[in-house]
Amino acid sequence: MVAVPAAGLVIVTGAISLDHAREEAVRLGPVIGFLAAVLVLAQLCDDEGLFTACGAWMARAAAARPHRLLVYVFAIASVTTAVLSLDATIVLLTPVVFATAARIGARPGPHVYACTHLSNTASLLLPVSNLTNLLAFAASGLSFTRFAALMALPWLVAIGAEYLVFRRFFATDLDAGAQAPAVVESPEVPVFAPATVVCTLAGFVLTSAFGVNPAWAAAAGAAVLAARALAQRRTTPTRIVRAAALPFLAFVLALGIVVRAVVDNGLAAGLGHLVPGGTALPALLALAVLAAVLANLINNLPAVLVLLPLTAPAGPGPVLAVLLGVNIGPNLTYAGSLATLLWRRIVRAHEAEVNLGEFTRLGLLAVPVTLVAAVVALWVSLTVWGG
Amino acid sequence: MSVIAWIVEGTWPACVDAARVWAPEGAEIALLHVTGPEAPGVAHGAYAGLLGRASPERDPGTRLEHLADASAEHLLDAAAERLDRPCTRMKRTGRVEREVVDAAVDADLLILARDGDHSHLGPHSLGPASRFVVDHAPCPVLLVWPEPAPSVSTIPPPPTHPPHHR
Repeated sequence: MVAVPAAGLVIVTGAISLDHAREEAVRLGPVIGFLAAVLVLAQLCDDEGLFTACGAWMARAAAARPHRLLVYVFAIASVTTAVLSLDATIVLLTPVVFATAARIGARPGPHVYACTHLSNTASLLLPVSNLTNLLAFAASGLSFTRFAALMALPWLVAIGAEYLVFRRFFATDLDAGAQAPAVVESPEVPVFAPATVVCTLAGFVLTSAFGVNPAWAAAAGAAVLAARALAQRRTTPTRIVRAAALPFLAFVLALGIVVRAVVDNGLAAGLGHLVPGGTALPALLALAVLAAVLANLINNLPAVLVLLPLTAPAGPGPVLAVLLGVNIGPNLTYAGSLATLLWRRIVRAHEAEVNLGEFTRLGLLAVPVTLVAAVVALWVSLTVWGG
Repeated sequence: MSVIAWIVEGTWPACVDAARVWAPEGAEIALLHVTGPEAPGVAHGAYAGLLGRASPERDPGTRLEHLADASAEHLLDAAAERLDRPCTRMKRTGRVEREVVDAAVDADLLILARDGDHSHLGPHSLGPASRFVVDHAPCPVLLVWPEPAPSVSTIPPPPTHPPHHR
C-alpha cells in the first residue's frame, strides 16, 4: 500500500495541482462506487451458494469427460467474469473449479489455467467486468449498452481463440480421462441471487437508456441482496463492508492521482508520439499491442490510466483497442506484469517452484492469437455499429 | 519386496490393477500420489495480478493448496479400496516427476501408467512427467497402458527409402 502515501506526496510536493487531483478524484469517485457495489454483489452471490451450485452442476454434467468439463468451465468463467468482474472469477470461482476437477478425478491444470486466463480475456464485455473497463467507460463517453454492443463480438472471438489454444496446449491432460463421481450431491440451487444479478443487468441497460449512471443499478442490486442476507442473519455488516474492499478503493483513487501526476509531468508528451491516431485496423492493432506491452511492464491499471487521456479524444474505437490490450495482455506474464512479479516476489513468498515455463509458453501462444483476433473483431464491430 | 504404484488423476486405476496382478503375494505395496505446485501457483499468481487486493486470507491459491491435499487423500482412499490388499499411502508435494524418482530409490518395482497420447503406440504415449520418470527411475519399472493398448497398426509404416549405410 505505497500508493496512498505516494498520492499524498505528489499533492504536497506540487507534482500535481490541487485542482487536477480534485478533478481526478471526482472522475474516479463513481467508478469506485460502481466497483464496490459489484464486489459486494459477487461476495453475496457466493454466500448464497451460487458458485458451489455451479461446481456441482459442472461435475454432474461433465460426467467423466475432461473435454466437456473444459467447455463448462469456459462458459461459466466467461459469464462470471463478464457479469461479476474478474475478481469473482479468480477469488470465488477458481477454488470451486479446482474442487470440481478433483472430484471427477480430472487433472486440474487446464481448468485452473482456464479460470485465470478467462478472468482477463473474458473481461472485455461489460464496463463492470474489469476495473480497467470502468475507468475507460468513464472516459469514453459510451453508454453501457453501446459499450457492450461494441465489445460483444471481440469478447466472443477472444474466448473462442483461447478455447482453441487450450484444446491444443492441454490435449494430453484432457485426454487422460477421469472417473465419474460416485455420488454427486445436489446442493440447493440458489434462485434469489442469480435473479437479482439478472435484474441488476437489466438495470444497467435501463439506467443507461435514461442517462443515469449505471453504478446506481449495481448499488441497488447489492443493497437488495445485502438486505436479504442481513434479514436472514446469513451475513454481518462487517462482512459486507469487508467485501467492498475499502483499502483497495482507496488504492485505486491514489493510483489515479499518482498516474495523473506522472502524465502531467511529461509522460504524455513522451508517449504521445508513440500512440497512433485514427481508427483504421493497423492503428487499432498498434494501440492494442502497445497497451498489452505496457500492461506487461507496469501492470494493467497504471497502463490504462496512462493511455486513456492520450486516446480518449480520438473516440471510443481507440479506447476500446487499449482495453483489448490491457485486458488480454496480462495473460503473458505470471502475476499479470513483470512489475508485480518483482514487487511481490510471489514465487519466493510461497516457496513453491512455480512452473513459469509452462505459464509463459501458454501465454506466448494464447495472447498474440487472442489479441489479434479480438482487434479484428473490434474493427468489424466498429464498422457495423459505427465508431 | 517393495512395490510402488504411482497414482495419477485419470490413469490410476490401471496402475492399481497392475499392482494386483504383478505384485507378488506378501509384497509391500505403497500407493504414491504427488501434488504438483502448478495449480495453486497459478491461482497465487492470478491473485497477485489483481493489483491492490492485498489481503492474504482471500488468496485463492491457499484454498487450492488445502483442496489439493484433500483431493490427494480422496484419490489414495479410492486407490486403496480398488487394490483391496494391505498397502501404505505416500502423499508428497513438489515437482511431480522428481518426487516420484526420489520416492522410488529403495523400491524393487515402480508401476506407472502412460500419461500421453492414448491413441497411438509410440513415444508420444509418454507425457513429460512419465517420460522423465521412465528415463531416471532408479529401480525396475512396469509401464502400463491406462486403457487397452492401441493396435500395432497405429505404428507408422517404415520409411520407403532405407537409411543410407555409412
